[in-house]
Amino acid sequence: MSKAFTPTAAKPGVITANDLREGHNVWMCEDGWTADPAQATLFEDEAIAELALLKAIGQSDLVVGPYMVEARRGPNGPEPTHFREAFRQTGPSNYFHGIQASKQCEAANV
Amino acid sequence: MFDARPVDTDYVRHRAAQFRAQVARRLDGSLTEEEFRPLRLMNGVYLQLHAYMLRIAIPYGTISPDQMRMLAHLAAHYDKGYGHWTTRQNIQFNWPKLVEIPDMLDHLASVGLHAIQTSGNTIRNTTTDAFAGAAKDEIADPRPYAELIRSWSTDHAEFQFLPRKFKIAISGGARDRALVSAHDIGLRIVERDGQRGFEVWVGGGLGRTPMLGKVIRDFLPEGDLLPYLESIIATYNLSGRRDNKYKARIKITVAERGLDVFKAEVEQEFEFRRADFRGIDQEALAGFRERFAPPSFRNAPVDGFEAERKANPAFRSWTDTNLHSHRIEGYASVIVTFKAPGATPGDASAEQMRLLADLAERYGHADIRISHDQNVVLPHVHKSDLPALYLALREVGLATANAGLTSDIIACPGMDYCTLATARSIPIAQEIAEHFRAEGLEEEIGKLNIRISGCINACGHHHLGHIGILGLDRAGVENYQITLGGDGYDIPAIGQRAGAGFPAEEVVPAIDRLLRAYLELREDAGEPFIDAYRRLGPAPFKAALYPETVDA
Repeated sequence: MSKAFTPTAAKPGVITANDLREGHNVWMCEDGWTADPAQATLFEDEAIAELALLKAIGQSDLVVGPYMVEARRGPNGPEPTHFREAFRQTGPSNYFHGIQASKQCEAANV
Repeated sequence: MFDARPVDTDYVRHRAAQFRAQVARRLDGSLTEEEFRPLRLMNGVYLQLHAYMLRIAIPYGTISPDQMRMLAHLAAHYDKGYGHWTTRQNIQFNWPKLVEIPDMLDHLASVGLHAIQTSGNTIRNTTTDAFAGAAKDEIADPRPYAELIRSWSTDHAEFQFLPRKFKIAISGGARDRALVSAHDIGLRIVERDGQRGFEVWVGGGLGRTPMLGKVIRDFLPEGDLLPYLESIIATYNLSGRRDNKYKARIKITVAERGLDVFKAEVEQEFEFRRADFRGIDQEALAGFRERFAPPSFRNAPVDGFEAERKANPAFRSWTDTNLHSHRIEGYASVIVTFKAPGATPGDASAEQMRLLADLAERYGHADIRISHDQNVVLPHVHKSDLPALYLALREVGLATANAGLTSDIIACPGMDYCTLATARSIPIAQEIAEHFRAEGLEEEIGKLNIRISGCINACGHHHLGHIGILGLDRAGVENYQITLGGDGYDIPAIGQRAGAGFPAEEVVPAIDRLLRAYLELREDAGEPFIDAYRRLGPAPFKAALYPETVDA
């Protein structure tokens, strides 16, 4: 996995990091950071993406280790293109923990 | 019962308080992540794939029931109900929140536990034989020496910024069960002309450049242990490479400079350093020997044990595989495997931890060990207590009769948790264990070490597996290389790659072909896989793994 990925229209990307206080995975979205990867902003323009990444790096009071990673446009929002990011968006395969579990909680609250 | 609190509680509390202040400064913006990162790593706090991870030191794998209960408390209140035994005989929690880690460290300090030097380029937890002080073939209990090394290396000012991490193992048995040859420094207790000493190995290690260590001293008198260790590490500290992280371990230093050159430098340093040790270390060692004095073993009949073995086939099977010979008549060491089919190797629930603490007090002289193969050992159990112990373990799914068998797999957390991983390890381990249990072949296959790592850093010791599995990322797909012929114990050997890797779904069929071929090839049921491999060489095993290549 390359942390130096730069998105283009052909190969868009999302910005992801970990929440500083709690550690869970987060994605940059329109109004900040979200734990729902489907809400992530999909960057297709190199210059806008670079500015956004600089902004993310500047938010070290909120997140740790932000990086840009490839994603594709899906029917419900950005989707991962690599299995590592797919695991980050769900959780471990041995227990129903991580984002897959928090999503279920949200669904139960609807 | 020994005093299992090997650390100065005031110092550990002080360090916990320091870390609390560091976290506060990180959260209020006084520290950047770049400034904070080395501080959190010095306290065992990593950032992993889904969350922070806290690695807690369990010195030489020895833990008391109260300490185990505290780990259970942390698992239940700060994690998701479980912890993970590591191959350094430590425990990791996979889901702590940074804001709660200071509280966790305070709780740990209250029972003398901590996370100091479980990360960073420091001397890590000294590991040893899980049967230390109990094994029948033991020359001497290695734990007093391990504790001497721990107390000397903790916060050793000279060795806080080594070129790379540094791992020491010590073994006291006639058979090495501590993987001495796979460590930066390995120590084997030996006796010569009635004098106690050590055979000293240096420059072993796994990772991306696996190497077995070399003997740098075939007999080091007992009293010279610390000055000699200090001389090796001081020499490495100066001559080890800092220009390239991947060439920074002592194994590369020794390989590049040559053992003779390295040894000459160490011996020169030793002359100088030895003068600095004026006996305080030996006084401390005498104290540690008292701390690790054997428990009051009892002399009782074992009729109940034998009767239960005759009456209960499941119990008999468990005692056939999960007991280790004890030096005291009527006693056994019990291997509690955390490898039930379908379970995650090395994961322990809070409930299991609490039960083990209770059982250790009731039946095991309050002594508990974490073993490097991600199991727990109750080193001193009288055989008459085994039927009751077995029943209690069964209640929480800890009575699987599989120690040393196919499903007793070492697996690193892999890409289910680890940010360095290139593929998952846990599901592969689960699938192999379930498959061979379901096929009913495990007992027939007998002794077998399968070791799985999810990247070349080799935390799952795949090079030392009779069958090793290495998970890689091949063009965005998980792919698994198989190595054969590794051994960490009797005849140390680095496993050799068998051929092209397999996609995840083809790993179990490949291992199935391999082991069915072994069953055909072995001389008799008494010839384990590794012996058959050594006798026949890799060719017939490779043919089983890659039948299409043979056909073509």
